[in-house]
Amino acid sequence: MTTATATTMSPAQTQTPMLPRGPMLKRSPFHERLAALNLANAWEAWQGYTTASLFYDAEDEYFAIRTGASLYDVSPMLKYRIAGPEAEAVVDRLVSKRIDKLKPGRVTYAPWCDARGRVIEEGTIFRLSPTEFRINCAEHQLAWFSETAHGFDAQVEEVTEEIAGLALQGPTSKQVLADIGLAEAAALPFFGIGTFKGAGGYPVTVSRTGFTGDLGYELWVAPEHALPLWDALMARSDLHYLRPIGSRALDVARIEAGHILINVEFVGARHAIRPSQTRTPSGLGLDWAVDLAKPHFNGRRALIAEREAGGPKRRLVGLDVTGRKPATGAYLYHRGREVGQVTSATWSPITKRNIALATVEARYATEGTVLDAEIYYMKEVTQGKVDAAATIVPPRFYQPGHRRG
Amino acid sequence: MKRYDAIVIGAGHNGLAAAAYLARGGLEVLVLERRDAIGGAAISEERHPGFTYSSCSYVCSLLRAEIMRDLDLPKHGLKIIPYGTTACLMRGGDRFAMYPDADQTRREIARHSARDADAFDEFMRDLYRQCRAIRPLLLKTPPDPTSFKPRDIKGLLEIGRAFGQLDEDALYQAMQFWTMSCGDFLDRYFESDVVKGALAGGSIIGTALGPYSPGSAYVLLHHVMGDLDGHVGAWGFAVGGMGAISKALAGAAREHGAEIRTGAEVSEILMQGDRAAGVVLADGEEVRARTVVSNLDVKRTFLKLAPRKHLPGAFVDQVERFKIRGSSGKLNIALDALPDVPALRHDPKLMRGGLNVGDSLEYLERAYDDWKNGTWSKKPYLDIFIPSTLDSSMAPPGKHYMSVFVQYAPPTLADGPWTAESRQAFGDTVLDTIESYMPGFRKLVLDAWVRTPADIEAEVGLTEGNIFQGELTLDQLLFNRPVPGYAQYRSPIRGFYMCGSSTHPGGGAMGAPGANAAREMLHDLKRRAA
Repeated sequence: MTTATATTMSPAQTQTPMLPRGPMLKRSPFHERLAALNLANAWEAWQGYTTASLFYDAEDEYFAIRTGASLYDVSPMLKYRIAGPEAEAVVDRLVSKRIDKLKPGRVTYAPWCDARGRVIEEGTIFRLSPTEFRINCAEHQLAWFSETAHGFDAQVEEVTEEIAGLALQGPTSKQVLADIGLAEAAALPFFGIGTFKGAGGYPVTVSRTGFTGDLGYELWVAPEHALPLWDALMARSDLHYLRPIGSRALDVARIEAGHILINVEFVGARHAIRPSQTRTPSGLGLDWAVDLAKPHFNGRRALIAEREAGGPKRRLVGLDVTGRKPATGAYLYHRGREVGQVTSATWSPITKRNIALATVEARYATEGTVLDAEIYYMKEVTQGKVDAAATIVPPRFYQPGHRRG
Repeated sequence: MKRYDAIVIGAGHNGLAAAAYLARGGLEVLVLERRDAIGGAAISEERHPGFTYSSCSYVCSLLRAEIMRDLDLPKHGLKIIPYGTTACLMRGGDRFAMYPDADQTRREIARHSARDADAFDEFMRDLYRQCRAIRPLLLKTPPDPTSFKPRDIKGLLEIGRAFGQLDEDALYQAMQFWTMSCGDFLDRYFESDVVKGALAGGSIIGTALGPYSPGSAYVLLHHVMGDLDGHVGAWGFAVGGMGAISKALAGAAREHGAEIRTGAEVSEILMQGDRAAGVVLADGEEVRARTVVSNLDVKRTFLKLAPRKHLPGAFVDQVERFKIRGSSGKLNIALDALPDVPALRHDPKLMRGGLNVGDSLEYLERAYDDWKNGTWSKKPYLDIFIPSTLDSSMAPPGKHYMSVFVQYAPPTLADGPWTAESRQAFGDTVLDTIESYMPGFRKLVLDAWVRTPADIEAEVGLTEGNIFQGELTLDQLLFNRPVPGYAQYRSPIRGFYMCGSSTHPGGGAMGAPGANAAREMLHDLKRRAA
């Protein structure tokens, strides 16, 4: 039918400027399978790719993450390879953690800053070999990584399109992996990484990482092996309660895990029009990922100066909010004075709590402080408002023991 | 004999905006226009049956939303449709397109340079940071830095505060933006020739500067600081052509009681002692008024209209040296059908947006060399639009109106003034250039109305055909525009004001000079009454 239409179209019709021609968004190597399963026909754009918002029911998908296993297509995530004799020195210069201590076959998570100590982004760093690293992130970093690598004997390359990725997350994910001939991968330690050959015979790089805070893995293959991998996994879906999930379910899980998101919790220092929107690692609660004792890395001096000046003016905190209404975008007050704002909020089905991530003035960022949250919500067609008590808590709302088990 | 509160000389968009604000302020206002139609350079004309031409000015972004709202221009028929894309057509058949969607633009830049795709984000961020500082100044009278009047000091503090909100990097950059060449500025971010060439177009339009002339970076900013429906940097077509803006402004002026007379050329300013007291028309008729404001450019106003003996010599000197250099021409073309652009066949929607010719800084600089040598660019920069792809009122169904802005063309040629033959040759250069990107184009041409800078001066009255009524370089901006000490819309003659694009914040169908001048006049009249 498509062919018939195309052949009957006159040249004038095909040249009309009234009808834009696509495709506007790229498709991931898994798209064919995802499209067949997306009964809700709910899609969104992610870094220029078509990605699923949900497949059938976001709540069902969420519980796949927490009680079964879930598959989320992470192919659109940006991936950079940094390789060469001085690759270690480049990455060490780039991020705030010690990279000389990161052994091949291990993963770490770290932010990278500009010279003023403002976070450009954060992401996972794979050490694939002594001389090869891969950094995964959400925003384009080629210019910054290349700038950092300048003068070093190392190459920086974007490899997003060369690698298809699937996040396999949830308590039963270990059995799923074992079932498709990747038992060795399933036994990886937390933040371990390796390349394995499963039942399909093609190489699958597996990292024990994820964005859900649950037990889970990320699987990386060449695009031509994407569909075979998908089919092998989904063939086990009934045995292990495995379902594909969209971004909505994932977002609830990532808030529960306390994972920050760029352009939600903060704006990257290289993109901010208003400098006041940028944050230091400390302001984002990432002190644990900063090693100021390290001899040098981008932004170190500024971060030392910040620490000496008493720390950041604002801090990211977790909130435990009373009531049932998610505190999305809520202003936070202390005795009537505005002292912060919520950046992410959700009802947490697994902890049965109303949780949020927020940025507040540093002096109110201590655990146990109670702020007043002004929550707006849709009351059928009018906007309703409730005032709720918001208690500052550590932002890791859900950290099941089996995550590292 | 009737005495008006204010006479506005010239019914360009700024004259009409001033008239509307003055009338809205309760004054009795008369607008006098030399030509038979209002609009000045913001005018729509049917020069070929069934086709509406935006004869001069052709796209809109800078018209301030505050003015549209104050004067309720949509009620008077103004509709502006945004167009989203710009495509730079390349020699060799490729293209570089920019889209409203960031991912699409990124992918397109990455085809030319992966590194530039990242640099583009930073470039736009820096541009927007500067816009944030400058935009609040547009609808304000520039403060005089030598004055100790409270309002000047307050104005200077406001400028200081606007720039104080920038962080260190942006503050350093502010200085560079106002002084550097566009080419040097773009070289810092980008490596791809076509990306730089495409972005530099905005820095040379209407300006007798090349992309490597110091000061040209600001012109780039001038073209990005507008907005449409809240989207900074967005441009659009006025439905019915740019004349629709003038028509709506005239409608607003009339609604508030202003009179508009066309075919009424002002030949001199009537003086009473040291005050302007009205005007004398070409046919000898005298019209009296308490104040007079000129929409004409500063040279035409003070070197041709105002009585020389009432002007200080130093002022006249400065006006004579004010740079209003003609650098651009215009073709309005009626087309039998939409031309085929091989480079855009993959995405014909790009035909709805801007199409540029000029694919590198080198190309643009060479085009400028021709201007310096007193001839039109043999390979010109072209800013092409086909408004009939979005607005059905511009051409009969299936046919199209194409507006072609041509940079560079000198006001006079090295071997003498423009002639019918040289105009023809200029037109052929442009049509042949288009043909090389759109094969078969010339066969579709039903009418091509070629306008040299000299034609624009003769018809519209803009000195040298300069579209901005004076170049947009730092020495001619803010409190230096048009003449230091006279940047607050007042002239050396009491009761005589200026409201054209020669005044702050400059050209580009913004309406801000008109609105600002009206505010100053109302302020003075109120004080005189008290």
